[in-house]
Amino acid sequence: MDILSFFEQHMEMTYVVILSIFLGIEVISRVPSVLHTPLMSGANAIHGVVIIGAIIVMGEAERDNYPALILGFLAVILGTLNVVGGFVVTDRMLEMFKSKKNK
Amino acid sequence: MLSLIYLIGSVTFIIGLKMLSHPATARKGNLIAAGGMFISILGTIFLYTHNGEHLHNFWWIAGGLLIGGVIGLVSAKKVKMTSMPEMVSLFNGMGGACAALISVVEFEHVNADTERLHLLIIFAGLIIGSVSFAGSIIAWGKLNGRIKDIAFKGQHIFNILLLAVIVAVAAFVIGVQPITMVWCMAAVLLLSLLYGVFFVLPIGGADMPVVISLLNSFTGVAAACGGFLYDNPVMLTGGILVGSAGTILTILMCKAMNRSLKNVLIGSFGGSAASNSNKEQGAYREIGLSDAAVVLAYAHKVMIVPGYGLAVAQAQHACHELEVMLEGKGVEVRYAIHPVAGRMPGHMNVLLAEADVTYEKLLEMEQANPQFNTTDVVLVLGANDVVNPAAKSDPASPIYGMPILEVESAKTVIVNKRSMKPGYAGIENELFFRPKTAMLFGDAKAALQQLIAEIAQV
Repeated sequence: MDILSFFEQHMEMTYVVILSIFLGIEVISRVPSVLHTPLMSGANAIHGVVIIGAIIVMGEAERDNYPALILGFLAVILGTLNVVGGFVVTDRMLEMFKSKKNK
Repeated sequence: MLSLIYLIGSVTFIIGLKMLSHPATARKGNLIAAGGMFISILGTIFLYTHNGEHLHNFWWIAGGLLIGGVIGLVSAKKVKMTSMPEMVSLFNGMGGACAALISVVEFEHVNADTERLHLLIIFAGLIIGSVSFAGSIIAWGKLNGRIKDIAFKGQHIFNILLLAVIVAVAAFVIGVQPITMVWCMAAVLLLSLLYGVFFVLPIGGADMPVVISLLNSFTGVAAACGGFLYDNPVMLTGGILVGSAGTILTILMCKAMNRSLKNVLIGSFGGSAASNSNKEQGAYREIGLSDAAVVLAYAHKVMIVPGYGLAVAQAQHACHELEVMLEGKGVEVRYAIHPVAGRMPGHMNVLLAEADVTYEKLLEMEQANPQFNTTDVVLVLGANDVVNPAAKSDPASPIYGMPILEVESAKTVIVNKRSMKPGYAGIENELFFRPKTAMLFGDAKAALQQLIAEIAQV
């Protein structure tokens, strides 16, 4: 009955998850194949939100808990790499699409 | 205040993804999502409170953001257009590793009162994150040629067993509610990494885009696990969105190759093709540079079919030069782009756009195929499997059923390749042995430059 009580406690979250799943499917379903790569890259950057978790881990770690600090620090670096690298690479790909449209 | 920021963040992700799926709005969409990410990160740092306490360790956080930001920016700016796919895979792996590390740290806070579902989510983040990390690194290595396809007998069974062990250990820990089972966590971490490696190793390099897209959605789910853990709506929506959108994108990519996801993941490409390679192939015809130059210069219409060979040789600029030169001589030049030409869908479009080839000259497969019978010369530049007639005629071929560019309807086909070696799918291409076909050996860039020089003299 663990599961039932979980849903009762986290009603909103469950709704958010289910609606997000459908939204994700809906948003993507009619994309031209030319955009597959930039879209994948853009989605790749968006899942970089995981960085927020890393920031929270880091920010809540006790000041003398070095293992947590070091792991959290690594997590922040990796997460930032994902976010910054992801968005910049996507922008570079899309820049090319734009320049040819202008001509 | 923070909830409002998170709400805006979530909405920008949705709008961003939506805009990314239309060519005209894609770039703006990316920037909008990036903006949402930026304010969500800043908001978290300064406004997040847990039990009334603000975050601390600001210097650590700022240092991490700075280091990651600089490395990310520099590597993303410096990477060549040809190796974009690898880069995406690498960044995806970083995200997976980040999710796994969060779970590792959170495991420390587990105590006897911890809810089982909380523990389950920690493990889910750990497993999915590490599989995604290890898998992405292997995919990266495969795309840049550092890692070869490795498959051994019974690998699928081995993989399933490995996964079963991971789930069993995790279930055991969750069921027993231990406080001091750090070793079990370490075991799950190691086994998940191992699983990620063995999951990707046997899959052929040509299928890597599909695998990266799949791992991309894995990382999304891992990020969503973090959202559950911290009751954080922006992580939850962002992660789940990418999870579901990534899954659909993976399926769309498979469809573009006319294959099923199961087929990509289980059928090790190329393995079964050995039987067909000892078939009698006959002889191929080679064409010299000056002959090729004459054929091209006196054609009315030339169709260029680019492939991965063009990307490897960085020949996109030379290709554009050839196009300009031929157009100057009154030849109509078009590009026929197969949806999976190169290593990723859209790869060729990006490359050619980089070389200033205009949008109107790039034809998609559906537009290009009816035009081949009015084409005098098809110039195949480093493409192979996407023009292999076996996909239409030979049901035993591993690529049977994949839509191809029907270059054979043209009057002449000139194929530029470095050697007679088969393409990524590891299968022979009958096209090269057809009487209409002439082979022009050499690196695509060098060959194009020499061709340009020859055409100038015609």
